[in-house]
Amino acid sequence: MALSQELYDAILNGNAKQAHTATQAALATGVQPLQLISESMVPAMDEVGRLFEIEEYFVPELLLAGRAMRAALDLLRPLMTASGDKLSTKVLIGTVKGDLHDIGKNIVASMLEGSGFEVIDLGADVSPAAFVRAVEQQQPQVVCMSALLTVTMPAMKTTIDALTNAGLRSKIKVLVGGAPVTMQYAKEIGADGYSENASAAVGLVRSLLAAA
Amino acid sequence: MTVQTAHKVQKFSTLAIPGPDQLVYGVSPHPVQCGLGLTIGAGLVFPEVNFTLPAMNIDSATWPEVVAHYEQMAEHILRRAVSLTVPGIVLEFELLPPMTERPEWGAEITALLKRRLKACYDKHHLPCALRVTPTDIRDQQKPPLMRTGQPWERLRRSLEMCAEAGADILSIESIGGKEVHDPALMYGDFLGIVFALGVLAPRDMSWLWGEILEICEAHPGVVPGSDSACGFANTAMQLAHQKMLPEVLAAVVRAMSAVRSLAAFEQGAQGPSKDCAYEGPIVKAITGCPISMEGKSASCAHFSPLGNIAAALCDLWSNESVQNVRLLSGNAPEVFTELLAYDCRLMNTAASQGGALQLRNWMIVSDEWLSPQAAVLSPAATIAIANAIVHAGSPYRQTIAAGRAAVDILNGGIARQQLHISRKEQQWLTRIDEALNALPDDEETLIRDMEEQYGSLYDKQSYCL
Repeated sequence: MALSQELYDAILNGNAKQAHTATQAALATGVQPLQLISESMVPAMDEVGRLFEIEEYFVPELLLAGRAMRAALDLLRPLMTASGDKLSTKVLIGTVKGDLHDIGKNIVASMLEGSGFEVIDLGADVSPAAFVRAVEQQQPQVVCMSALLTVTMPAMKTTIDALTNAGLRSKIKVLVGGAPVTMQYAKEIGADGYSENASAAVGLVRSLLAAA
Repeated sequence: MTVQTAHKVQKFSTLAIPGPDQLVYGVSPHPVQCGLGLTIGAGLVFPEVNFTLPAMNIDSATWPEVVAHYEQMAEHILRRAVSLTVPGIVLEFELLPPMTERPEWGAEITALLKRRLKACYDKHHLPCALRVTPTDIRDQQKPPLMRTGQPWERLRRSLEMCAEAGADILSIESIGGKEVHDPALMYGDFLGIVFALGVLAPRDMSWLWGEILEICEAHPGVVPGSDSACGFANTAMQLAHQKMLPEVLAAVVRAMSAVRSLAAFEQGAQGPSKDCAYEGPIVKAITGCPISMEGKSASCAHFSPLGNIAAALCDLWSNESVQNVRLLSGNAPEVFTELLAYDCRLMNTAASQGGALQLRNWMIVSDEWLSPQAAVLSPAATIAIANAIVHAGSPYRQTIAAGRAAVDILNGGIARQQLHISRKEQQWLTRIDEALNALPDDEETLIRDMEEQYGSLYDKQSYCL
């Protein structure tokens, strides 16, 4: 049983308005934000992920659940900032230089966000220098890179090299993905992980962080 | 902003091919003569070979290597084509983004390929043509500017320079409306999808193809080929393949996407349509122009549940794209030339012996009811959707009509127990049905309704809104 069943159901059903209302109601009873996240929101998103895995949910249901989660988080964040609490992990994501394809990257970003990660989306056609700048400024634990074209894949290596040269590589986990990318390629360029699809990417981020 | 001259715009109110039995591969009412002695849609199906680079950087330092790859690919493809005595061939050069960014690069490869084709034609008398497809790079900023700015200027220059360099057919996979379609698709927002496909995309298509027609008119002999809804319907198809979206949604999006692709022909495009435009059969039924299609022999590039049925009505048969990597019998582009050559030989032999309809029907029946996406591509479905489109009026209403026709086709298949879909897919089909019924009658209301949700994603001036 979730701490707030109403909030749990709202997220599961992708109802952002209901999630907002349920969060307000829960806070009014004195529930702490982190407790609400860990005992209602994360379990709801875990269930959403499970339903997606068994093909009961498609991406729209998944993203709507993420949107409902964000509606709740929007209320909780100011309270958490005031109390010094933080969301667990910051993930930086982008499509590499020369590549304008962003739909796969967007799905991964939404799924990570829906799973409770703080996601900084750099967009598409992101240069190695822009990745380096963002890592310096945002100090994420994870960087995810996407490429759809064989001719833009090499930009993944260039970006990893740039992170290494900037002295940042050892501070982060780097994940890569995209249609032409393979596990072997990920290893060759020195990435920490490769994911074949968006839902596996969430599990991969979790497992890499757990192993760190 | 480029000033556009007036073009003769043709609105289609009847079908060029009125019945399913007249829809068959290799034959179109309006064949296209192009390139070096090639006529497309006049009875034979020809291979259209598409090829690309292996994983590598494209920059000034690697450019000589890039050029060498294209020289090698052209040489290998044509030698295999000659070995197999193909009756004709089309090479498609899809520019990679850096080749459109630097129009002189795209033009250099265009000239190289045309030189290879000319040499082959002179030596072997192989009828041939070169299709050139610059990348639509107009989405580099958010929101994208479609009609102004450096990306559009470079794209236009790329089209011009490729025409000057020897392109026989100009095509594009344009992306107008995709900035709204992508998020709408991912969130399953059917109203947003219709807004993108039925309002934004046709407006951009009409304008863009006016520009392309102007370029072709300035370069006699260059045929305005056509566009593709690849960024819309094929995105949906691939996401459905990965179980991320319902197949029924992908099928309905496919049918609706024919309206924005038709806009190119209204402006004067002549075909052959782009290979990845699986909406091609609907366009062929309406316009009578030849189409290129891809299916089972394009599995090198991507999955589709349409492997056989896609060939049933094609005039060119393509492999979509394959990298220049080594396989046992040669490099992949050469290998896929052989696959396409045999596919086409079978189709042409069947036709020459009076068996075209029989082979066509086998290709249809083998796929038709195994996937909702195949079900909307049979000749009967094609004619039903095409009829709905030509009788609906504005692109917005046409898009709704195409969606309605597709839903009816799927529901009919389910009712007859020909199409079997999961409970979850059935729920989505019902949801799409309800969303179609909930759409406002007039476009202006939808535009107003969509502004709050998607207004930040598109540039109004780019769509004359």
